[in-house]
Amino acid sequence: MKDVMEPGPFPFSAIVGQEEMKRAMIMTAIDGGIGGVLVFGDRGTGKSTAVRGLAALLPPIEAVSGCPVNSRYVSDVPDWVVLKDDVLAMKPTPVIDLPLGATEDRVVGALDIEKALTKGEKAFEPGLLARANRGYLYIDEVNLLDDHLVDLLLDVAQSGKNVVEREGLSIRHSAKFVLVGSGNPEEGELRPQLLDRFGLSVEVSSPTDIDVRIDVIRRRDAYDRDPVAFGASWASSDADLRAQIVDARARLATVEASDEILRDCAALCVALGSDGLRGELTLLRAARALAAFESEPSVMRAHLKAVAPSALRHRLRRDPLDDAGSTTRVERVVEEVLG
Amino acid sequence: MSDAEARWQGINLAVACLALDPAAMGGFWIRARVGPVRDRLEKGLKTALQGLSVRRIAPTMPDEALFGGIDLAATLDTGVLTQTKGLLTDAGVLFLPMAERVESGLAGRLAGALDTGRGLSIIALDEGAEPGERAPDALLDRLAIHVDLTCHALSDAPDLAIDLDALDEARQRLPLIETPDSAIRELAEVAARLGILSLRAPLQALAVARASAALSGADTIEEPDLLTAVELVLAPRATRMPETPEDMQDDPPPPPDDDTLDAPEGDTEEQLDLPPAEILLEAARAMLPPDLLARLAAGKAARSAQASGSGATKTGNRRGRPLPPRAGRMGGNARVDLVATLRAAAPWQKIRRDITGVTDRVHVRMSDIRIRRFKETSDRAIIFVVDASGSSAMARLAEAKGAVELLLAEAYARRDHVALVAFRGDGADVLLPPTRSLVQTKRRLSSLPGGGGSPLAAGLKAALHLAEIAKGKGMTPSVALLTDGRANVDLSGAANRTTAAADSTLMARAIRAEGYPALVIDTGQRPTRGLDALAREMGAPYLPLPRADSRNLSRAVDAALTP
Repeated sequence: MKDVMEPGPFPFSAIVGQEEMKRAMIMTAIDGGIGGVLVFGDRGTGKSTAVRGLAALLPPIEAVSGCPVNSRYVSDVPDWVVLKDDVLAMKPTPVIDLPLGATEDRVVGALDIEKALTKGEKAFEPGLLARANRGYLYIDEVNLLDDHLVDLLLDVAQSGKNVVEREGLSIRHSAKFVLVGSGNPEEGELRPQLLDRFGLSVEVSSPTDIDVRIDVIRRRDAYDRDPVAFGASWASSDADLRAQIVDARARLATVEASDEILRDCAALCVALGSDGLRGELTLLRAARALAAFESEPSVMRAHLKAVAPSALRHRLRRDPLDDAGSTTRVERVVEEVLG
Repeated sequence: MSDAEARWQGINLAVACLALDPAAMGGFWIRARVGPVRDRLEKGLKTALQGLSVRRIAPTMPDEALFGGIDLAATLDTGVLTQTKGLLTDAGVLFLPMAERVESGLAGRLAGALDTGRGLSIIALDEGAEPGERAPDALLDRLAIHVDLTCHALSDAPDLAIDLDALDEARQRLPLIETPDSAIRELAEVAARLGILSLRAPLQALAVARASAALSGADTIEEPDLLTAVELVLAPRATRMPETPEDMQDDPPPPPDDDTLDAPEGDTEEQLDLPPAEILLEAARAMLPPDLLARLAAGKAARSAQASGSGATKTGNRRGRPLPPRAGRMGGNARVDLVATLRAAAPWQKIRRDITGVTDRVHVRMSDIRIRRFKETSDRAIIFVVDASGSSAMARLAEAKGAVELLLAEAYARRDHVALVAFRGDGADVLLPPTRSLVQTKRRLSSLPGGGGSPLAAGLKAALHLAEIAKGKGMTPSVALLTDGRANVDLSGAANRTTAAADSTLMARAIRAEGYPALVIDTGQRPTRGLDALAREMGAPYLPLPRADSRNLSRAVDAALTP
């Protein structure tokens, strides 16, 4: 456990507004298979704060203590790892930052050059993808990420496996993580392939309501001046939310989706002309996670409506000559199809 | 007190605020060329920061030096893994000269380090000359105080008055300063009305107000402290003049054809009408430079641009065509070429074994390390020069707009940048410096009006200038001219067909001389004689496209300019 006096990140439940972003993140916490969240919007709107807060909120994971890829069982530990001990221990859900300009070596891992040169050993030095296994991989300014890293991430996120073939090494390990990206579209476009890979996307903007803005500043200022006390005052709300997420995870498998709901999903995607079937699957998964979160036994149209913009807006064919934003287009179609 | 004196007083206060609580301020952005005024400010900062850990970093430093890493020299020497501590590991104030050269990756990492609450702050010394040439916004957003020294004369900038005892005393008092709720409210309101979106700014303003209160010996934040905060933090970030209806039309953030306040802003208007906020706004207005809107347009458009590099090809070490490995050090982005390193070490093994007496391992010295290198072809920047004159019928202008948009939508995958110059009336405007942002281009395009004469030469001149800048930033520029060829306004802006044609020819030759690939698209109803001659002067293919739709046009440009 962390030292009690160590200040934690800004509490997730203390974030003012930004409901769509918070909900999208909670959905991925309930069902990691939804496939990550892309948060696009202005600077200083709490994107990073939310990711870090979410990690602190999530229940710890049980993992083999000496394993660099956070394996759940000793049998899952990759064969290149030399385990000093194989006890299971609780670790906080990993949230790994992938910094812009990170080298490929740091991301995928590489031959441990020190060991190779000093001891003549061929050892693998795990990278960020290893550490992110079973947790979150957070990329701030994902739209500015170097193309070669984007390609790499696409591969790994798709397969859940990191394969390293270089310098005479042949290493593979499991790399299943929820990808969270944030960025500002004014500074560059995101490649369509990567866009599509994110399960949900949300657009955040600075609140324009003056009272909301004041609230944000007041809370942040209180946190900056005394993070420990501020954290303590929000601990119970965070704990409630955590309990709700744990509960929803347990219930997820039992939430039913009727044939009508499946038909609605398909109708929505056809009407929007979104490519592939990923849109429908994500829509359904997110709606199911929302239903579980709200303790409902089955998915309802209201759930579909609630998650449709996040699940579909980034999958629309880009039409540069259409001035209506994709959010508006999704909302319009949702209105037409679901009434 | 004169304006200049007042401004310098403000800077003096800013230095004191920073010294009081560097971590809460995040830092200082100083925009100035190297010179005596900046030296004086730096000297004052150093005096004020006495007793704190002050270090100097550079945008070219490898990650190991900044964030810590493996000390390869020591590791090789001792055979034991030795870690180094980075300059950003501990709390302290960091001077960052040449901040305009910080690339976005490093900016992200620096911003992350500032966010962790380790007690770091950065004094970014930005020497950028062009409006767009400046430190990345990710970094700037986290530095509370923004100072522009470019208009300060040395005579108006005496040595800063720093009272270290007073600073010490204020530092003691700082944690006890009360923050009335009204202070938060007023700062939030002023920030909103100055069009500052980021919520970091009002927070930083609050920290400055608190520091200012501590310096003045008060125990709560008062009106003058708020004024200080507005002047130092909020005014320099303004993205619009508060409440000047004429200015709203040119305002970049809301949609361009929206000539009133944007709706959400509008309904908060009544409650904003509080006297204290008015006083603060008045102060902010006094601080705003008169050419604010012009600057904003330039700055905003250049945001996506990278820090300037050199030449048209970059030698990187991550991708591209491999070059022979070269001796070097392990650095942030460097990848060691292991085989080459061992090959370099091989001839010395016997001697080294004999000297050290160690025979059971390979002896590698720092000098053996070989680094991988790749040659990377640089980004392409297509500069569209669009004729928006009266003779170019509006329909053709719409086609040109559509073509630019289509190309840009595809540009990301090919790593292209797109820029846009329009000419009409008596001159040319750079509507969009090289960017990949679809959002911005759409905004600029939709607001591009047509009409007036055809100052073709001015358009080409603007394109030439833009190409030069793009080249400086490491891009490969090419020029696509879309016109019906009826040039009738010369470079001086006078309506004279003869000189207009001569000037156009001159500019076309200049483009050819610089070696920029170019393309001329004739958008006239029927091919114009003379335009193909101009194309030849430019060394460019000539494409008469009398009935082009935007898709055809985009395909043609793509085909003609793709090497």
